[in-house]
Amino acid sequence: MSGDIHALSGAYAVDAVDDIERAQFERHLADCSTCRAEVDSLREAGALISHMSAAAAPDSLRASVLAGIQTVRPVPPVIAAAAERGRSTKRRFPLLVAAAALIAVGAAGATVIDVVRSDSSVEQASSSRTDRVLQASDAVRTPVRDLPGGGTVSVVRSASLKQAVILTEDMPAAPDLHTYELWLQRDGVMVPAGQIAGGTNTVLLDGDASTADAVGITIEAAGEPATEPSDEVVDVIGFEQA
Amino acid sequence: MNNLTPEPVGAPQGAPAAPGDVLSDLLRRSARGDQQAFAQLYDATSSRMFGLALRVVRDPAQAEEVAQEAFLEVWRTSTRFDPDRGSAISWLMTICHRKAVDRVRSAEASTRRDTSYTQQNQTIDHDTTADAAQASMEARRVRDALTGLTEVQREAIELAYFGGYTHTEVAGILDLPVGTAKTRIRDGLIRLRDKMGVHS
Repeated sequence: MSGDIHALSGAYAVDAVDDIERAQFERHLADCSTCRAEVDSLREAGALISHMSAAAAPDSLRASVLAGIQTVRPVPPVIAAAAERGRSTKRRFPLLVAAAALIAVGAAGATVIDVVRSDSSVEQASSSRTDRVLQASDAVRTPVRDLPGGGTVSVVRSASLKQAVILTEDMPAAPDLHTYELWLQRDGVMVPAGQIAGGTNTVLLDGDASTADAVGITIEAAGEPATEPSDEVVDVIGFEQA
Repeated sequence: MNNLTPEPVGAPQGAPAAPGDVLSDLLRRSARGDQQAFAQLYDATSSRMFGLALRVVRDPAQAEEVAQEAFLEVWRTSTRFDPDRGSAISWLMTICHRKAVDRVRSAEASTRRDTSYTQQNQTIDHDTTADAAQASMEARRVRDALTGLTEVQREAIELAYFGGYTHTEVAGILDLPVGTAKTRIRDGLIRLRDKMGVHS
């Protein structure tokens, strides 16, 4: 079947695939730069067809779109991973072996964009430190991945600044009387690294991230940060690179 | 809070910027939260975006919803646009097309999608713009390029692009051997791409 997979590029470019084929082909795309380039070019061709169906949009659409962008925040830019090989994770937090799906950096989706932070309405004392991590020349970002309960997460780390920033999007709110806590995992030990609310956030992790293997998110009782992680693990994001 | 200042963009003084560059620039500025730039991007693309949604989902109210979702997705993920991989308009239309197809498939999920296709719809080489005189040069170029496709390629692409059918369904509708519709679609798109001078 693998010989056949390239033949889906045209159908995929115009969404003429079912969900299973889409998932299969997208996995293939991660490994096939030829197909990626072909899909891009065939999407250009497909887009041209929309000239044939052009129709004046109603004024109400313009109004609703321009109103909508006032409340929707552009996602942060993606920073291309450095080509260097990183440390591989030997030890893992025992309960999280199944959950810790360490993903190779450099997936097809990673792109280089101007490193600019979108305007944030939240001014924090650490925002400039956050900026410096995001804009560091050695900043490396894990691929954006889905959180099990909803939303997405990725982590940007600068080895030179010894800090990491976690970027979440559309995370569900923590349960009543609970909060999300962040952890840096070093040699199998989870060290408290701050807290994060549900929703869409960019948070600088406390502590030295340069020697960490992974970032963990758990659900803890609200109030004083826990010193040991609970069993309620949301996710573990590894820094491992292929 | 400092924003990195990008290198100067746009054409040198006196040279008109190619439309593609203009849209790419508007999208890049939108990624920085520039709502005015996004409004300009909307104005430059709304006919194609809404028109495509309308053609696929057929119902004007739903088309408006789909187009709105698509534009908000464009705004929300504008930082993810990579100009090295393709044009801004292709990126926008790809988002819109996906949403339109998802909508039409989910709307008909409870009832079996009608694969007994009859020539109810206008064929792909008929321009659907309301005022034929206003048909853009680009639309005419596309229509001409499409005449270079075989009839099966054209029909397969129409069913896929405007009908939102999967290639398997297209094969059924056109009475083609299973698995050959995706080849027709691919071949047709390649021909269209090459005739229109898209860089591959």
